[in-house]
Amino acid sequence: MDVMRETLLPRDEQDVAEAVATAFARHQTLEVIGAGSKRAFGRATAADAVLDVSALTGVTLYEPEELVLSARCGTPVREIEDLLAARGQMLAFEPMDLGPVLGGAPRAGTLGGLFAVNIAGPRRISAGGVRDHALGLRAVSGRGELFKAGGRVVKNVTGYDLPRLFAGAFGTLGVATEITLKVLPRPETECTLLVPHLSPHRAAEAMSAAMGSPCEVSGAAFAPAGVAGRMPGLNARDTVALRLEGVAPSVQARRDLLRRVLAPFGGAEILDADASAALWRSVRDAAPFAAQDTGGDTGAFTGAFIGALWRLSTAPTAGPPLAARLADTLGAETYCDWAGGLVWLALPDADAAADQVRAALAPHGGHATLVRATAAERARVAVFQPLDGALAALTERVKASFDPAGVLNPGRMHDGW
Amino acid sequence: MGATAPVPPEAPRLAMPEPDARVLAGRAGIVADLRRLVGAGAVIDHPRAMRPYESDALTAHRQLPLVVVLPATTADVAAVLKYCHARRIRVVPRGAGTSLSGGALPLADGVLLGLGKFTRIREIDIANRCAVVEPGVTNLGITKAVEPHGFYYAPDPSSQIACTIGGNVAENSGGVHCLKYGLTTHNVLGAELVLMTGEIVRLGGKHLDAGGLDLLSVVIGSEGLLGVVTEVTVRLLKKPQTARAVLVGFPSSESAGDCVARIIAAGIIPAGIEMMDKDAIAAAEAFVNVGYPLDVEALLIVELDGPEAECAHLLGAVEALARDCGATTLRVSQNEEERLGFWAGRKAAFPAVGRISPDYLCMDGTIPRRQLPFVLARMRELSLRYGLRVANVFHAGDGNLHPLILYNANAPGELEAAEAFGADILRLCVAVGGVLTGEHGVGIEKRDLMPEMFNATDLAQQQRLKCAFDGESLLNPGKVFPTLHRCAEMGAMHVSGGALPFPDLPRF
Repeated sequence: MDVMRETLLPRDEQDVAEAVATAFARHQTLEVIGAGSKRAFGRATAADAVLDVSALTGVTLYEPEELVLSARCGTPVREIEDLLAARGQMLAFEPMDLGPVLGGAPRAGTLGGLFAVNIAGPRRISAGGVRDHALGLRAVSGRGELFKAGGRVVKNVTGYDLPRLFAGAFGTLGVATEITLKVLPRPETECTLLVPHLSPHRAAEAMSAAMGSPCEVSGAAFAPAGVAGRMPGLNARDTVALRLEGVAPSVQARRDLLRRVLAPFGGAEILDADASAALWRSVRDAAPFAAQDTGGDTGAFTGAFIGALWRLSTAPTAGPPLAARLADTLGAETYCDWAGGLVWLALPDADAAADQVRAALAPHGGHATLVRATAAERARVAVFQPLDGALAALTERVKASFDPAGVLNPGRMHDGW
Repeated sequence: MGATAPVPPEAPRLAMPEPDARVLAGRAGIVADLRRLVGAGAVIDHPRAMRPYESDALTAHRQLPLVVVLPATTADVAAVLKYCHARRIRVVPRGAGTSLSGGALPLADGVLLGLGKFTRIREIDIANRCAVVEPGVTNLGITKAVEPHGFYYAPDPSSQIACTIGGNVAENSGGVHCLKYGLTTHNVLGAELVLMTGEIVRLGGKHLDAGGLDLLSVVIGSEGLLGVVTEVTVRLLKKPQTARAVLVGFPSSESAGDCVARIIAAGIIPAGIEMMDKDAIAAAEAFVNVGYPLDVEALLIVELDGPEAECAHLLGAVEALARDCGATTLRVSQNEEERLGFWAGRKAAFPAVGRISPDYLCMDGTIPRRQLPFVLARMRELSLRYGLRVANVFHAGDGNLHPLILYNANAPGELEAAEAFGADILRLCVAVGGVLTGEHGVGIEKRDLMPEMFNATDLAQQQRLKCAFDGESLLNPGKVFPTLHRCAEMGAMHVSGGALPFPDLPRF
């Protein structure tokens, strides 16, 4: 049905402003896309036209010694990552590549899309999320007005922190045309300690002990045997994995210390730098739940038959037991990242079991997001954590303060707006 | 009500919203109502008793509030705000009153809402590495409470002994360890917020990231304009095993700046990098006598923390880089006492400057670090032009500059000259790609400079966000934004010349 809709292809931010202003004036709505690689994530949006910003490309500023990078929204993330890697730097929030779980090509997304979904990888627990690295923004509001917020320096309290608000807004507040991010040095080396044969409760305790030590753990995950069998290096055992990164003498010292911290949980095995990197890529991308595994051998996201995939954020100690319970009651597969605070939950079929998932999460606090489901299921259940009362009303007013006519991505996050 | 005209450049610097005569006239009734709502003991209306609340740490500006209310529970805060909302009475929230930008300056027709009774630590959750605290708990109080477990709360503004976490949230406070450990916004997981209507919302919690729009992001640093925070969940960090510092003197600010850039380019993120210029070094050394070299133009304190092996390794690298950049003196702390000594001078820099000058203004711009030599040179020119001395301390790692402008308030015209000098410095910061304020906030102090950084569209969008939280502009009006607007007028679409814009786009 997409082919029936008009697609607008702005060349620069002025074009974007004109396109949105025109839609605003004509009472029309726009679906904003970059590479379109995350289009199946979130509620389907029924807009009058598509605003394709993939032509707004290019890194506009990169000063490695100032730890800052600006790029236009359509710039491919892989291009930015390669540029940074060449100077020994990185996006420290370790962006997840959603391609595999959504059944698309790997490394296909743009900076704008990465920013819009605010999904950070394992290093979220130590380095922060996408929003934590957002410094500045140029954007077009739903009124078609071009505005800027933030800056290019780390320390800045001049005006409201709109760049962070835009991270995770799924393009519902405005079209972010240029984004400025803090970048950081890549760690010189890494290793991972594995502690096998732990129950979910013991796993939560082991991760707590590691995170509560001065070892500066930069990745902490727990995978039950079944899922662990599809993650490199875990040998299909119930395993806690803990990553250490930094300069070699430091990693070595912390490895020795962490072994002692973990002694009550059993002997730790070591993955060297390469094996460690492979494991954490898998953790980052929810690789055990890649669409190929559940959706057939082509990898194409047909939407015909595919298991629903949830991403739950909760208190770290609550995660592993909650994951185990949900796996039991729903016949689901799970693993935990973020020291237990992030639960990936893959269901055996298209039914997302939203009520059961959210009811199980409720006592612990947090939120559950349906990352993958058929279009029908995403239309039927709340993809994002439902908001209640005053918070729902406030969120709707905030949306309207940027996009009063609901021009941008209508219905993408919430039914009706 | 209350909308001021745009401030012309020659108008007095501090045009505050015109007091609402109706509210002033009804004061006695309002005080009586508030006493009924929250109890007589929580309401202060005698001018003498209200005196301590007439200013925050920006003491050049003072104003007695309509009345002071000191609620003790979230329900009381909600009741007061709901009452004030119904009667269109302005409210100014206040923590410990340590703001350097006038964020808590009262309004003559406004209720001053003090959160000083919210001093409980509600929960320490070591397993999840967080604490749930009330907004009146001091920054250092959090660290003190969790220290027995070996943890601490990372942001450490210099006022940490007095400033409260509620104020830190309002200002998105920083400190000297921001480069590695982030600002308040990176270290707060959740908050309970009372809106001007009295509605209570909870944002975040013990989990990471938001499930919908990340409203916590804009509440942090909103300077009390969006809501009143009544509970904060903070992230706790384990104390590093060791911390070591190196004190390095340079013959020029250029070489010191070069050294900072090369440390970072080498992939090293120190826990803190501070720079002081010759005037600041001299003032600090005369005050605390910790052995700072006096024959250098710039002094760096570089602190590294982590495992002993890491500190030793990185100290070696930093030392080599510093010598390469032409360091003339270099001392590595050999013990904790010596490390604290290195910091003692830096931490005493403000009072030290206070000793050599009757008064000083502390500015707070941030610049891209490599612009430092240029900015310092321009500042020296400005110093000559205004006939006022300036000492510089600089959070060199993150580019946050604190020029201290020395003046004498009793000398006619000097305060005005100092303020004009300060404004010129901030304009300079913006001109080189920086910002007006790195950590002290806009408040009233930098309010009228906001157009230096943001155009009318930028500011209108920010004010619309304000309207989403506070539709009647009752919460802390007159701060941050140079012009007050009614929310209704913010809703209008600006169409130039009556013509609708039509795009000239490739279409498919």
